[in-house]
Amino acid sequence: MLSPTTMKAVRESGAVPQASWLMEIEGVCKSFPGVKALDDVSFQLKRGTVHALMGENGAGKSTLMKIIAGIYTPDSGSFKLRGQEIKLVSPLDALENGIAMIHQELNLMAPMTVAENIWIRREPINRFGFVDHGKMHDMTAALFRDLNIDLDPDTTVGSLSIANRQMVEIAKAVSYESDVLIMDEPTSALTDKEVTHLFAIIKTLRAKGKGIVYITHKMNELFEIADEVSVFRDGHYIGTKDAAAVTREDIIRMMVGREITQMFPKDDVPIGEVVLSVKDLSLQGVFSNVSFDLHKGEILGVAGLVGSGRSNVAETLFGVTPATSGTIHIAGREVVMTSPQVALAHGLGFLTEDRKETGCFLMLDVQQNMQVAVLSGEYIRGGFVRQGALTKVCEAMRDALRVKTPNMQERVENLSGGNQQKVLIGRWLLTKPRILILDEPTRGIDVGAKSEIHRMVSQLAGDGVGIIMISSEMPEILGMSDRILVMHEGRATGILNRDEADQVKIMELASH
Amino acid sequence: MSVENTPATAAPAKARVRRLPPEFNILVVLIGMALMFEALGWIFEGQSFLFNILRLRIMILQVSVIGIIAIGVTQVIITSGIDLSSGSIVGATAMVAASLAQSSDYTHAIYPHLTNLPAIVPMIAGIIVGGLGGMINGGLIAWTGIPPFIATLGTYVSIRGFAKWYTRGNPVSFLTPQFDYIGSGIVPVFIFLICAAIFHVVLGYTRYGKFTYAIGANRQAARVSGINIKRHLLLVYTIAGLLSGLAGIVTAARAQSGQSGMGVGYELQAIAAAVIGGTSLTGGAGRIWGTVFGTLILGVVTSGFTFLNINDYLQEMVLGGIIVGAVIVDQFRQARRAKV
Ligand SMILES: Nc1ncnc2c1ncn2[C@@H]1O[C@H](COP(=O)(O)OP(=O)(O)OP(=O)(O)O)[C@@H](O)[C@H]1O
Ligand SMILES: [Mg+2]
Repeated sequence: MLSPTTMKAVRESGAVPQASWLMEIEGVCKSFPGVKALDDVSFQLKRGTVHALMGENGAGKSTLMKIIAGIYTPDSGSFKLRGQEIKLVSPLDALENGIAMIHQELNLMAPMTVAENIWIRREPINRFGFVDHGKMHDMTAALFRDLNIDLDPDTTVGSLSIANRQMVEIAKAVSYESDVLIMDEPTSALTDKEVTHLFAIIKTLRAKGKGIVYITHKMNELFEIADEVSVFRDGHYIGTKDAAAVTREDIIRMMVGREITQMFPKDDVPIGEVVLSVKDLSLQGVFSNVSFDLHKGEILGVAGLVGSGRSNVAETLFGVTPATSGTIHIAGREVVMTSPQVALAHGLGFLTEDRKETGCFLMLDVQQNMQVAVLSGEYIRGGFVRQGALTKVCEAMRDALRVKTPNMQERVENLSGGNQQKVLIGRWLLTKPRILILDEPTRGIDVGAKSEIHRMVSQLAGDGVGIIMISSEMPEILGMSDRILVMHEGRATGILNRDEADQVKIMELASH
Repeated sequence: MSVENTPATAAPAKARVRRLPPEFNILVVLIGMALMFEALGWIFEGQSFLFNILRLRIMILQVSVIGIIAIGVTQVIITSGIDLSSGSIVGATAMVAASLAQSSDYTHAIYPHLTNLPAIVPMIAGIIVGGLGGMINGGLIAWTGIPPFIATLGTYVSIRGFAKWYTRGNPVSFLTPQFDYIGSGIVPVFIFLICAAIFHVVLGYTRYGKFTYAIGANRQAARVSGINIKRHLLLVYTIAGLLSGLAGIVTAARAQSGQSGMGVGYELQAIAAAVIGGTSLTGGAGRIWGTVFGTLILGVVTSGFTFLNINDYLQEMVLGGIIVGAVIVDQFRQARRAKV
């Protein structure tokens, strides 16, 4: 077995013969307390291919990739890189051996600039030993020019939108010029426009002979970009297929072990009276004059590009950033939405877009995360929390949403990304809201759970809840919405009815 | 490589706005406070506050030691840590340095054979003691994973214990004139400003600095970028210890003796200086010049109050308010900037 440093020397000398497999993994096992995340898993990656990795939430995809990127050490198994057995002991090791990874959760230093984020640990140093900021700026600009990204290298990452942060992550990973590039759900925060952009980048990388591992829950991406696809289920490797030779049904069967018939099952339910009426709502400098009505039992989809102000409107409706002008009527009465407490008191629920920053309490357990929005009213008696009753409803919710967790006391931090999202959805369902705002509700959710969530949302609408659903996923918007509000640069550019809406019309409204 | 056929990503390139450095605000506060005392001076005392060289000298001298410590503490706080042990390290190094700086005129020296040594010997010894203290902090924090607050709370107690044990509580006096020189005139001010200049450059323009900010801003991101976090934390805390050691030497030289109670409470003043200067306790943000201004604000306030003959106890009460007020103002400023 060669040590990483020897490997690196050998690689740089160019003495390594072109092994047939860029990377071979065999018999890898990995356990966490209470979970066997990976059980005897194998995986092979060829040069110049995009290899998609699919599987339900908690199947072990991210865990395997973190092992490859030197973040976790496997309990057992062998790992060959370019035909040589290798053992990685740290992320640095992996990077030096030509493995870079874009993580499922953003890993950026918000107070630092874009350039500093990208070149951290590899800053250009001048002959006095100091970081050469001018050169670093130029290197970033050159990288962005190559990748056709239009961002200022000197802005702080914290001031960027999530989509742009994701583009910074992508640029950073590409900048390592590594042979193996792992992308863990890179498009979950991107809209179609940026996805197209990313795919163009991936295609150039593939043409240069890189091996790309691409984790996604989106079927259409699989057929658009992948050459091969491997499927995992419950920590087991199920199989690898040629992407051109499989159908979406094949993949789903491999993933969940059963058929999923209906994807966007919005039932027709009677649409009732207006529950929420928004008139000329504006937040100075962010969006202006947004007006719409939301009816009982209706799902109002909100489409638009990232940065169009969709999430800002949601935040204003929920009182996070109170409006600078305009009115909000709930059930016919005017409400001055000054804080989330007011919103909660009027029966609003809000699933935020960024689960790590504004959703999960990562250090708390599943139980506490789920119950936090209902710690009032019926679950409080004499100032004490009725924990028994709460535990019961939370457990029922966990089962209904099929949250994969060893128990209710597991820290949410340790759950897979998709399961964190389910916990948050559970939190809002427990509040039995009259109006529910969902900002990207199925981000990072696998197909099985997605249809589950869609079914629940539809059922909620059936129960008379008014639902506002922001989504960047076109099929989801088209399939689930009764009406679709389209936004562009802080303005509502149109409202389409279900029967008149299609992708082209939405894109037109979203981009003019 | 070049990617074609796609539109450029999002966000219209904003016109680059040149922002004033954040230290500018703190400088404004500093000047504002000085002017306030100037005005109050004319009203209540009938004399100038600022145009009095002696007073200014004393003012800066008083805070130089705090400033030296605060330079190290700033770096620790940027990594989202904290150092409570710096005052104790001052005490320990003052004792050790003084014990090696005794003059042969004195018959009861701690080390009778080690008197009249050149000043460089106690200096090196003091710096080593400080560095060791910092290394213990860093080692504990990096390798056992205990919170910095707990680790340095432990060393805060233990190192103070060491300072007392070293001479069983007795002061060490009769130091060589060469050693005393370190604390004479405005030498401490020079040491302070030189350290500030060095670490301003180190933090802003070296990889050491970038790593320090990165670890504080997002430890996981720093880790997956390949930074050796343990090693770097060890380094940061060791440097903080070294600077506290230097502060201990200056303290002993100024007092021309070593006393085990030296530096009590300095750790909090140093933290206050860093925080007033804009260093964020959540990590990832802060600059040395800010800390320098923060230190000077502490100095202006203390000497301004003395100048106005305000009761000592009252001074402390107001000082606490100023520390909290500075952070509140800073938060408002950040919130406003985040919105734009
Ligand atoms: N650090 C950890 N500690 C404890 N358990 C963990 C940890 N990381 C992952 N797990 C568990 O290992 C299993 C696999 O998780 P992993 O993140 O690999 O899933 P995934 O396939 O990436 O899912 P998703 O599609 O939701 O991202 C899950 O049951 C998860 O709860
Ligand atoms: Mg994952």
